[in-house]
Amino acid sequence: MTDASTLPIVRIVDVHKSFGLVPVLQGVSLDIARGEVACIIGPSGSGKSTLLRCINALVPIDQGSILIENEEINTPSLDKLTLRRKVGMVFQQYNLFPHRTALQNVMMAPIHVLKQDKAAVETRARALLKKVRLEGKEDSFPGELSGGQQQRVAIARSLAMNPKVMLFDEVTAALDPETVKEVLVTIRELAEEGMTCVLVTHEMGFAREVGNHVYFTDKGKIVEHGPPAEFFANASHPRTREFLNQIL
Amino acid sequence: MTQHTVEHQHPLSARSSVPRGRLARTALTAGFVLSVIVVVTVPLYGAYAATGTSAGTLETLAKWAPLILLGFGLNLLMSFIAMGIGTVAGVGLGIAQVSQVSWVRRAAWAATEMFRNTPTLILLFMAMFLLPFELRFGDLVIALPPWLKAILGFSLSMMAYVSEIVRGGLQSIPTTQWEAAEALAFTRRDTLRLVIIPQCFKQMLPPWMNVYAIMIMSTPLASILGVHEGLTITRSAISAEGQPELLAPFYLFLLALFFVYSYPISLWTLRLERRYAIKH
Ligand SMILES: Nc1ncnc2c1ncn2[C@@H]1O[C@H](COP(=O)(O)OP(=O)(O)OP(=O)(O)O)[C@@H](O)[C@H]1O
Ligand SMILES: [Mg+2]
Repeated sequence: MTDASTLPIVRIVDVHKSFGLVPVLQGVSLDIARGEVACIIGPSGSGKSTLLRCINALVPIDQGSILIENEEINTPSLDKLTLRRKVGMVFQQYNLFPHRTALQNVMMAPIHVLKQDKAAVETRARALLKKVRLEGKEDSFPGELSGGQQQRVAIARSLAMNPKVMLFDEVTAALDPETVKEVLVTIRELAEEGMTCVLVTHEMGFAREVGNHVYFTDKGKIVEHGPPAEFFANASHPRTREFLNQIL
Repeated sequence: MTQHTVEHQHPLSARSSVPRGRLARTALTAGFVLSVIVVVTVPLYGAYAATGTSAGTLETLAKWAPLILLGFGLNLLMSFIAMGIGTVAGVGLGIAQVSQVSWVRRAAWAATEMFRNTPTLILLFMAMFLLPFELRFGDLVIALPPWLKAILGFSLSMMAYVSEIVRGGLQSIPTTQWEAAEALAFTRRDTLRLVIIPQCFKQMLPPWMNVYAIMIMSTPLASILGVHEGLTITRSAISAEGQPELLAPFYLFLLALFFVYSYPISLWTLRLERRYAIKH
């Protein structure tokens, strides 16, 4: 019996996307299993962010198919709100709501989108902030927090929706080296708890340690992929080699 | 709670709020005292300059002052109601200007540009001559006196200006905020209500007050339509008295009324502008 747990939670088949005349994704296919940590690496402009945004329908695709828990999202009848409850996203620039405290940032979506009980949401939000090691910062405004702290609030905010999949788009790229670690620790803990994570990252060490699968994209295509140990040791495509030599 | 929010959002302004606040208050008080002096002395001087003997003129002015004040009250009333209607309609139109539905966006833009680039006087004439003098709904008859029509005219231009302020405010918020809310499954309506509008509300306040100040200044236009507001009454008073030397003191009195009312508003606007100019 092929029950839901053995099916890939994210299945991307031959996805094409152009902005105007510029082709950005040119036939991307990949499967992500439940609980897997998939790392996407590649040069700037190769379409990594666009791919992530397609997964939660922030960007509509032109052609191909994306299935989340076996539900097609490339259809006009897609219920975007239902999809986005399943798929959380964390951005490079945190994008917290600056007029709300850390706690309020975490509580807003469950209260207003999921219409959950406020007291219950608050208890959960406090627990989430504690989990990302921000106890005591509940009443701070984003402007009063460091980049790393803001990014962890953003992760907690996304987790508050109880997503099935988390998308991380270069979430440490705007941070200074010391704070990168605190955010990576948080993501690693999430991964260890079994959260399905799709990460666009330049942290090769992290991809190697925590990732289950590494994808290298270039010019809108997945050029090469494999489990990290294999990938980093044996990647053979000239463009992959060139990229790895530059970055390592 | 609100206070708390404000302080945290603008740490710089919060830190320096004591001297800044005091300065602004001093400026306000000084401005107000100045305007009271103006309101008292300008008509006096006008009376003096006009006749050389201020006593008779002053008495005449004192006799008419209550009626002129009453007329000025109508100017205020028209401005309040027009501001209310114009703001509600303008916020709607402004939000429609950033709608995702392209025909809504275009229609809102067209309405905004049309009313914003039409002289208020023309809007007043349109309201005056295109609207019937009463509305009938079966047995229900609603009279539309000129002052009510004038309010409609003022509301239309207020609406267009507010629409532009709202559009500008909404578009000043980075698209990443929209995106973050979208990724959290917020509806567009909730995104506007909970994320975007609260962030641009403060910056929209000073231009909104500015538009109001300009609108109150244009309310005497209603006199052309025969509305018994300040200017109409002042003119009638002068012609009833039949003394040309009353012209200057009477008009100066009216001018002073407008000044005393508007000047504090513009000072306050300036103060808000300065306060909100400092961002994190
Ligand atoms: N909304 C958009 N409209 C037009 N072009 C876009 C849009 N978003 C992305 N692009 C273009 O698509 C291409 C791929 O962008 P994308 O952000 O996906 O790259 P990326 O791999 O994430 O790069 P980086 O590492 O710099 O973040 C770029 O050439 C970019 O200019
Ligand atoms: Mg990117």
